[in-house]
Amino acid sequence: MADDVTARPASAAAETAPIRDGARAVDQAPARSTARAGAGRRRRAGSVSTGTRKRLEIAFFVTPALVLFVLFVVVPVVQAVRYSTFRWNGLGPMDDFVGLKNYANALRDQIFTDAVMNNLTIVVLSIVIQLPLGLAIALLLNRDMWGRSAMRVIIFVPYVLAEVVAGVVWLMLLQPGGMVDAVLESVGLGDLTQLWLGDPEIALYTVMVVLTWKYLGLAVILFLAGLQGVPTDLYEAAQLDGASWWQVQRRITIPLLGPTIRTWAFLSMIGSLQLFDMVWILTKGGPANSTMTMATYLINQGTNRGLYGYASAVAVLLFGISLVLAAFYQFFVLRRDNQDAPKPRKVVAR
Amino acid sequence: MASKRALSAVALGAGAAMILGACGGAGGDTGSEAADGDNVLTWWHNSNNDPGKAYYEQVAADFEADNPGVTIEISAMAHEDMLTKLDAAFQTGAAPDVYMERGGGELASHVEAGLVQDLSEAAADEIEMIGPSISGWQYQDKTYALPFSVGVVGFWYNKALFQQAGITQAPATMDDLYEAIDKLKAAGIEPISVGAGDKWPAAHYWYYFAVRECSQEVLTDAAASRDFSDECFVKAGEDLQELVEKEPFNSGFLATPAQTGGTSASGLLATGKVAMELAGHWEPGVMQGLTEDKKGLGENTGWFPFPAVDGGEGDPTAPLGGGDAWACSAEAPPECVDFIKYLLSDEVQIGFAENDMGVPTNPAATGSVKDPALAQLVTVRDEAPYVQLYLDTLFGENVGGAMNDAIALMFAGQGSPQDIVDATQAAADSE
Repeated sequence: MADDVTARPASAAAETAPIRDGARAVDQAPARSTARAGAGRRRRAGSVSTGTRKRLEIAFFVTPALVLFVLFVVVPVVQAVRYSTFRWNGLGPMDDFVGLKNYANALRDQIFTDAVMNNLTIVVLSIVIQLPLGLAIALLLNRDMWGRSAMRVIIFVPYVLAEVVAGVVWLMLLQPGGMVDAVLESVGLGDLTQLWLGDPEIALYTVMVVLTWKYLGLAVILFLAGLQGVPTDLYEAAQLDGASWWQVQRRITIPLLGPTIRTWAFLSMIGSLQLFDMVWILTKGGPANSTMTMATYLINQGTNRGLYGYASAVAVLLFGISLVLAAFYQFFVLRRDNQDAPKPRKVVAR
Repeated sequence: MASKRALSAVALGAGAAMILGACGGAGGDTGSEAADGDNVLTWWHNSNNDPGKAYYEQVAADFEADNPGVTIEISAMAHEDMLTKLDAAFQTGAAPDVYMERGGGELASHVEAGLVQDLSEAAADEIEMIGPSISGWQYQDKTYALPFSVGVVGFWYNKALFQQAGITQAPATMDDLYEAIDKLKAAGIEPISVGAGDKWPAAHYWYYFAVRECSQEVLTDAAASRDFSDECFVKAGEDLQELVEKEPFNSGFLATPAQTGGTSASGLLATGKVAMELAGHWEPGVMQGLTEDKKGLGENTGWFPFPAVDGGEGDPTAPLGGGDAWACSAEAPPECVDFIKYLLSDEVQIGFAENDMGVPTNPAATGSVKDPALAQLVTVRDEAPYVQLYLDTLFGENVGGAMNDAIALMFAGQGSPQDIVDATQAAADSE
């Protein structure tokens, strides 16, 4: 396959050398158009080495990225799997092989299983809260109205803010007697004040609110982008047919937004599974482990307690859980989009 | 054209080689020997603010002047950064020559991995001089580090608020403390702040109850044998439960950090929001950093030792404490030992005390501690039969961490006295 594609443009290039050469060096990615252009021409004798050269060239372009990827992604993952089979405190030689015991211990530790449940809760709540909210705001901001650009910016600003900065600001606002409490009191809702981050019963929901504030902007911007792809003639046709605004949204806009929504939900899910920074800043996984996520558990066990073997096992579990969920999602939900992206449009157009 | 292509290929190859080369270089040894044969000592410390930073630069310059051919490379880092970097440095075998060792179980794992030098003979005089506080940096009868600052934990309190609540004498027993808590509450003052969000400040309470309930022998044996079955550990939990049930702590204490910001446990004490806090010798410095006038509580700063507990087997005057020590990593040149001995000399320790950098361990320098509350703390330390090293440090990161987690759960009203012992024992058994 690779040979087919790469050999043909090479012969073509050999014929029209001076001009082609320069263009091709820059324009690597759309090799197929070059291939098509050169497909009909005959290969000239004496250009055998160009095929090899072509491959060398590809190697040159790919190697740096590949080396970095292997070095910083593949090797650490493999290393983590190796560490996870040892009991090792990070110092000295790694010589205490324990097989799968670290995994068994992790799955038996209630704090870890609770952390997994917390992650799944966050996955579900993120989608359940942010999807309707994000859709509503996107639909609203897609209409012509006064101050629309300003509103878009305001909604998107939290997402642009560094997670740590946003976390620290919220941490201050949520202190007992802090800004949030003061605001509630000033509007006569003083009874509603809580130990937002200090009460194990509600800390997770407080974190959830902050996460929604932070990530709603991403949902809205993606949905807005998706809305730009809905052809206006559909709306006109619907209007002619006498559809109400609600019917238009329900029957046209949302179905056509499907691919965008499904992709957003995928991103949201992965983000929720790997959630670390916001929780670490707001609660460090506390109080009483009520906001512990897999990632904060990992840091607690690894960096703080020096159980590098055990923490590696937890990391592999986190990797495995994310991979399985992502694969399921790809297979059952995203498959439609990947196979046949423009299909929904045709269905509706008919 | 062809030559141009060849050039770009060379450039790409060179780029790839540079990336690889950079990666290879990072893993290499930091190197103790400079090219010209002079000895270079790398020194990591956490005094990254003046006057401490400037003082240590001066100390290093003085040592270089007295020892021609020795160059000291200082890295002054924030405390947490230093700990993270030290961990990583030990794992990659690129540890600095002179570093801060916290002792206890952490030291034990460093020793077992062969990462630190034995100072027992090379620094025998200094070890003798420091006295019993050095026990935290000894492992199997050998000394591996020289503590330069050892403090003890006790209650720091706001004299004005105590007076306002009508408390005339610092509490000496737990009953006195409970009485003080009631009086403070009656006066509308939150009695105690605790940074349970960071866990260790909460854990200090349990450690202190354990020091009061358990004899020194039991604690030392437990560290060595990893057996926590002695009844006194459960009693410590019961004492703690009694205290927690009195609800003496600041509101939202489960999420309160120890030292960061105005709403941290130290910040609450420094700004007069609570009457007292259980903390170590660092507290005045932390409070000064958290107040705008850089004075902390100023002349309202008071200190009293942790109260006695009725019926405990521990010495009622034994304090819980700990500190920092200088150690030489295994690969350090011989000048390293000379340098840390110099750091413990009368001259350097007196300057250390005068700059309010900690609680000196050299008896010649203890008179130079200016702060009256700190001076009181030094007296308690030096008159105590022994100073019990923080239990989490003593038991090591893993067991200590499990213990702290379990203690923090008790503060949240979850978990029994037995649960703390069980969690600690389980972590110890897994090692």
